[in-house]
Amino acid sequence: MNWQNLMQMALKSLRNNKFRCFLTMLGIIIGVSSVITMLAIGQGSKRSIQAQISEMGSNVIMVFPGNRRAGGVRLSASDMQTLKIKDYEDIRKEATLLRLVSPMANSSGQFIYGAKNTPSTLYGVNCEYPEIRRLEVEQGEMFTEDDLRSLAKVCVVGQTVVDNLFEPGEEVLGKTIRFNATPFKIIGVLKKKGYNSMGQDQDDLVLAPYTSVQKRILAVTYFRSLYASAVEEDESQAAIAEITAILRRNHQLQAGQENDFEVRSQEEISQMLSSTTNLLTVLLASIAGISLLVGGIGIMNIMYVSVTERTKEIGLRLSIGAKGNHILRQFLIESVFISISGGIIGVILGCLASLLVKKVAGWPVFVQPWSVLLAFAVCTVTGVFFGWYPAKKAANLDPIEALRYE
Amino acid sequence: MQNRKIIEVVDIRRNFLVGSETVHALRGVSFDIREGEFVTIMGTSGSGKSTLLNILGCLDKPTSGDYRLDGISVKRMNKNQSAEIRNRKIGFVFQSYNLLPKTTALENVELPLLYNPDVTGKERHNRAAEALRKVGLADRMEHRSNQMSGGQQQRVAIARALVNRPVLILADEATGNLDTRTSYEILSLFQDLYHEGRTIVFVTHNPELSRFSSRNIVLKDGRVIEDMQNPDIGSAKEVLASLPKED
Repeated sequence: MNWQNLMQMALKSLRNNKFRCFLTMLGIIIGVSSVITMLAIGQGSKRSIQAQISEMGSNVIMVFPGNRRAGGVRLSASDMQTLKIKDYEDIRKEATLLRLVSPMANSSGQFIYGAKNTPSTLYGVNCEYPEIRRLEVEQGEMFTEDDLRSLAKVCVVGQTVVDNLFEPGEEVLGKTIRFNATPFKIIGVLKKKGYNSMGQDQDDLVLAPYTSVQKRILAVTYFRSLYASAVEEDESQAAIAEITAILRRNHQLQAGQENDFEVRSQEEISQMLSSTTNLLTVLLASIAGISLLVGGIGIMNIMYVSVTERTKEIGLRLSIGAKGNHILRQFLIESVFISISGGIIGVILGCLASLLVKKVAGWPVFVQPWSVLLAFAVCTVTGVFFGWYPAKKAANLDPIEALRYE
Repeated sequence: MQNRKIIEVVDIRRNFLVGSETVHALRGVSFDIREGEFVTIMGTSGSGKSTLLNILGCLDKPTSGDYRLDGISVKRMNKNQSAEIRNRKIGFVFQSYNLLPKTTALENVELPLLYNPDVTGKERHNRAAEALRKVGLADRMEHRSNQMSGGQQQRVAIARALVNRPVLILADEATGNLDTRTSYEILSLFQDLYHEGRTIVFVTHNPELSRFSSRNIVLKDGRVIEDMQNPDIGSAKEVLASLPKED
């Protein structure tokens, strides 16, 4: 007896019980399609969060001054003046895992051009900042090292600021706007980036050399924050350790003393956010998994009934020369066939359902190839696992008893 | 007539343990059956004939004694080996036909050959069709088992028993579920097979049937009490012809 004959036999007996076969499949179909849909929804929300995070920049690491107690009073972090130029320069020189570093000194206020004015924020940064934050200069160009050294009064503006200060279509490059009393010449315009996930307008900004902002406007020697970009996303943690070591040394912190700064990586933020979605995915998938399990038990139940119902047939097969192994394989093929074809239909339905959710509810949904493979593998295993016991029972029947069974 | 021995039964005993009691179903049975014999094994219920049938059919093994089928000792065979013997050497005909439901006559007859890897699909089909023609069902090949009468179903079962070209056809009350007329039809089919030289063992409790076989073995309480050749074999066809016609 070869596999082909066994397959024919198994298919035939399934054909003879189409409706029952379909009902059994239904359990698997629902299980598989819900696993796929749930995983797709989970993965979709994870991806959309990741996309929002990557808007922030490439492998961004942020350094903020931390709050510190002064004589029993914990001071606000924004009042701290602990991030000095030397910190920036040392990190730049010594940190090996950072590709780009930029300081930031910012100030909010009114920008004025002619008769128009708009509130916005002036960010004092260096020339690497746009690359760290994935900002693109659309017109004109970014300021240069020379501008930094010469405390040049030049700036690169965001689209919102342009819209608020200029008439549509008006030439912007070369115009001089004033921040409070200080004039800045526009040498570049940033490409529009839109709102971020927190609802902030990412185009409402003006970039200027940090030297100019520090000395001409704020008259300070410290920074509000540092932005850096790690060489690799995987190196973020090591890079944070490097920065921490440099800053602790510069700030002369003793062992056991808490940091007077904070270092955050994009990775951490994304982990924090995706841990929520991961939890959601696990929850959804386990609910779906339970329905798959129930489907599997359905197969076992039906196969068990089928073995009892076909006892006489099994007795006949044994008496005309079927070996126990033949009977075992025939029943296993039946259950695996039910589970695999249920799996295929389930995969198709699951993908369709995911599409439907995407279209109707507008949720971000992404069907992963591995979830399809997984669902498929689980199906086959389910078929074998839950089909095994009834099939074994059938194969071990005593032909004399089975023939006598009514 | 000194044909080769198909069945050699040497002092077989079969005990069953029922609870703590041992039931002796067979208490030392010996006989030979040669090729071309048509033997009825008779006995009342409890005589041990079912047990003997199961042993002859390699479905069961004797507690002691030896059973050789076509020269092969069955005693030491494992489950798979005896399954193979059943597949190649024995054709079973049961009282209740035991056809697969919702399955055509042809497919039912093909079934034993499906378990024989030496037979190709084409050969299987041809042999099954040939067997059905032999039992007079050439025009019923594609009929399903539930679309046929009892007599026709038993013919399919006989075709199924013939298809693997067995050395022994083992019939268990093969006419037990049929009306008189159909019984004689089936019986005359067995007689045709006998005249072709096939070896048939027909187990029954009905003493009337002994007229139509070449030899009768009678069992009682697990022993052979009678083993006689039948010098004057009745013709089932003649009896059939003498029966009043039904509409």
